[in-house]
Amino acid sequence: MKRKDILGIKDLSKSEVNEILSTANTMRDMLDRNERGTSLNGKSVATLFYENSTRTRNSFESAAKKLGAATMSISVAASSVQKGESLVDTGKTLDALKTDFIIIRHPVAGSPRLLAETVKASVINAGDGMNEHPSQAFLDALTATRHFGSLAEKKVVIVGDIKHSRVARSDVLLFGMLGASVTVCGPYTLLPEGIDSLGCEVETDFDRALDGANMVIPLRLQLERMDQAFFSSREEYHEYYGVNEKRLKACADDFIVMHPGPINRGAEIAGDVADGAFSVIEEQVTNGVAVRMAMLQLLATSGEI
Amino acid sequence: MMTLLKHATVVNADGMIETDVLIDNGVITHVTPNIECFGAEVIDCDGKFVFPGFIDMHCHLREPGQTHKEDIESGSKAAIAGGFTTVCCMPNTTPPLDNAAMMNYVRSRSNACGNAEVYPIGCITRGQSGKELCEFGKMKAAGAIAVSDDGLPVSDGSVMLNALKYAKTFGLTVLSHSEDKSISGSGVVNAGENATVSGLRGIPKTAESAAVARDVLLAEEAGARLHVCHVSTAESVEIIRSAKKRGVAVTCETCPHYFAATDDEILSYNTNAKINPPLRSSEDVDAIIAGLTDGTIDVIATDHAPHHFDEKNKEFDYAPFGTVGLETAFAVAYTRLVLTEAIKPTDLCRLMSTMPATILGLSDRGRIEVGARADLVIVDPDAEFTVDAHSFKSKGKNSLFDGWRLNGKIVDVFVKGERKQI
Repeated sequence: MKRKDILGIKDLSKSEVNEILSTANTMRDMLDRNERGTSLNGKSVATLFYENSTRTRNSFESAAKKLGAATMSISVAASSVQKGESLVDTGKTLDALKTDFIIIRHPVAGSPRLLAETVKASVINAGDGMNEHPSQAFLDALTATRHFGSLAEKKVVIVGDIKHSRVARSDVLLFGMLGASVTVCGPYTLLPEGIDSLGCEVETDFDRALDGANMVIPLRLQLERMDQAFFSSREEYHEYYGVNEKRLKACADDFIVMHPGPINRGAEIAGDVADGAFSVIEEQVTNGVAVRMAMLQLLATSGEI
Repeated sequence: MMTLLKHATVVNADGMIETDVLIDNGVITHVTPNIECFGAEVIDCDGKFVFPGFIDMHCHLREPGQTHKEDIESGSKAAIAGGFTTVCCMPNTTPPLDNAAMMNYVRSRSNACGNAEVYPIGCITRGQSGKELCEFGKMKAAGAIAVSDDGLPVSDGSVMLNALKYAKTFGLTVLSHSEDKSISGSGVVNAGENATVSGLRGIPKTAESAAVARDVLLAEEAGARLHVCHVSTAESVEIIRSAKKRGVAVTCETCPHYFAATDDEILSYNTNAKINPPLRSSEDVDAIIAGLTDGTIDVIATDHAPHHFDEKNKEFDYAPFGTVGLETAFAVAYTRLVLTEAIKPTDLCRLMSTMPATILGLSDRGRIEVGARADLVIVDPDAEFTVDAHSFKSKGKNSLFDGWRLNGKIVDVFVKGERKQI
C-alpha cells in the first residue's frame, strides 16, 4: 500500500481494501498465538480524541503496542485544546514532537483530512462526525469474512440511526466493495437523503429488510435524538426496529449479529440476542485490534512516511 | 479634467452601440461617434466593453469591529478592482450599523477613502436582535440606502410585517435575508446526497424557500417593497416569479456562486465553499440561470464575505460562512452567463448596474447617457486569466473561485469621472 493516511473507505481502492483485510487476518492469527510484532519498533503513535471513546482508543493503543510502538494519548480535556489551540496548531506540535502516527477522532466531518494535509505524520481516522469510521468497517468486514469466507452475494442489514452514523456510511461502502448487498433500515427521520448513492438498498420495514439476511448490524440508539423529534420512544423504537429472537427468524440459515458497541440492551438489541449464539460482538472487539495493527503496519511500511 | 473614450462598445441595459464617450467634470457630457476634443485624455477602447459602473447592493466590509477580515479602505479598493463603483455594506459589523451615527461614520469613511462609493445598509432591528425597530427615518437622513438584518433573519413575523410598513413610510427598501433558522438548525451545507456522502449536516432548501414565501406574503400584505437577498433555490425563484405575476413589489438578487457552482464543491471539505445559503444542486443552478434569463432575478450581488485565513483554516463546522466575491463577480458572470449565451451583455448591465441603481433609488447612475454620473468600467472581454486570491486587494483571500479560469478582465474604472487605480 502506498499512502500516508487512511481517512475513509471512500479513498481506498479495492486492492488496498484486500491488502488491509488479508494483513488483518494474519494479525488476528498472531493475536491468537499471543505473539507480538516488531514493525513499529521505534515509532510513536499519538491518539488525539476530541470525542469520548474508550474502546476505539484502547484498541488502537493496544494495536500499536503489540507492534512495538510507543503510544501517547492526548486527552483533549486536559490539553491546550481547552485553551483554544486549533487543530492545525495541535497537529504542528505533534509533528514537532516527531510523532509518526496520529489517530484522530473528531466530532466534525472532514477534520482528519484537514489534519492530514497539515502534518507529516500518518493520520488514521478513528471516526469523524457523521462521515466515516474506517477501522470499524474493517473489523466488521474481517469478522464477516472469517465467518463466511467470501462475502459475494451475502446480505447485510444495517438498522437504526443511519442518518447520524459514520459506521453505517463506512460499512455500506466497504461491504459493497466486497461484493455483499447492503440494506439500510430505519424510520425516514433517521435515513439520510441520497444514502442509496453509496450503493445500498433502503427499507423502512425491518422485517422485510431482514428477509434472507446473513449479517445484521443494529446501530447504537442515541436517546438524545428523541428530544430532537427523530423518533418517539424507546419502546416504540424497540418494537419496530429492535433486534430480537423472533424477528431474526426471517434471516438466512447462516447469519451473524454484529454491533459497533457500546450496546443499549432492550433498545436496539434485546439482551438475549446480544448474549446469544449468533452474536459475534466479542469477536469484533478482538478483530478490532487486528485491523488496527494491519493499518499501522501497512502505513509504516508504505514508504510514504 | 476631461476624458474621451474612443471606439467604445457602450453597453446599456437596453442596447449596445459603438461610440465615443466624453466625460467632463465627473459627468458624461457626450455619447456620440467621432468626438474630437482638444485637451482631453484619450483612452482607446477598441475591442472593449464600457459598462456603467457596477453596483453591489450586498457586501460585507467588516468595519467597524472585524477589520482583521476587511475594512472600508480595503473593501472599497477590492470593489474598484472588480469594476464596482458603488457598493452597499451590510450592517452586521461589531457593533452593528443600527443608528444614524453609524451611517455618518460609513459615509465619511467612504469619502475619505475615495475608492468605490460606499453606502451603509442600516439594521432593521436594534443590535440585529429581531425585536425593536431601528430609527429608519434618522438612518436614511444620515445616508442609509436600505435596511436589512442580513446574516440573521427577522424571525418574528409580526416584527417583519411592521418593519416592511415602517420602511415604506420612509421610502426605504427592506433587503431580506430570508431563512427559517428552525429548519436550517445547525446545518452547514445543502441537505442532500453530498451532505450525506460527506457526513456534513444539511440545511434543507425549505429553510430558505419557506422564509421567502413568508416574506413575500408579508410584503404583499403590507403593500411594501421587498428585496430578497441571495436567492439560491429553484423553489425561491418560483415563489418570486409567481409573486411578480400577481403584482407584488418584490425584487431579488442572486450571487455568482449560486449560478456557477454546486454543492459538489464541499466534497473536498473546502471551507471556502461553506456559504450561507449553501451551494445547492445542479437543478437549482439551472433554475437560478432560468430566473436570470427571464427577469425573475433582478440583480447579481456579491455577498462578498471576507474572512481571515486562520478562521477558514479550521474544521468545516467551525469555519465561518462566506466567500469573497467583489474581485471575481463580473468575470464569473461573464464567463458562465454571457459566454454560454444564457444572457446578453445588456442583461449583465441590467443585473449588475441598472437594476441595483433603480432598486436603491440611485437615479444618477446605472446607465451611460448624457447627464449621468461618470461611473464607468472598461472591460476586455477577450482576456482570459486564472484567479489568484493572493493578488486580491481585499484582505479576504477566501475565494471559492481561486484557481478558476475566467474570461473578461476589468481594465479601467472611473468613479465620478476620476480614473482609479485597479
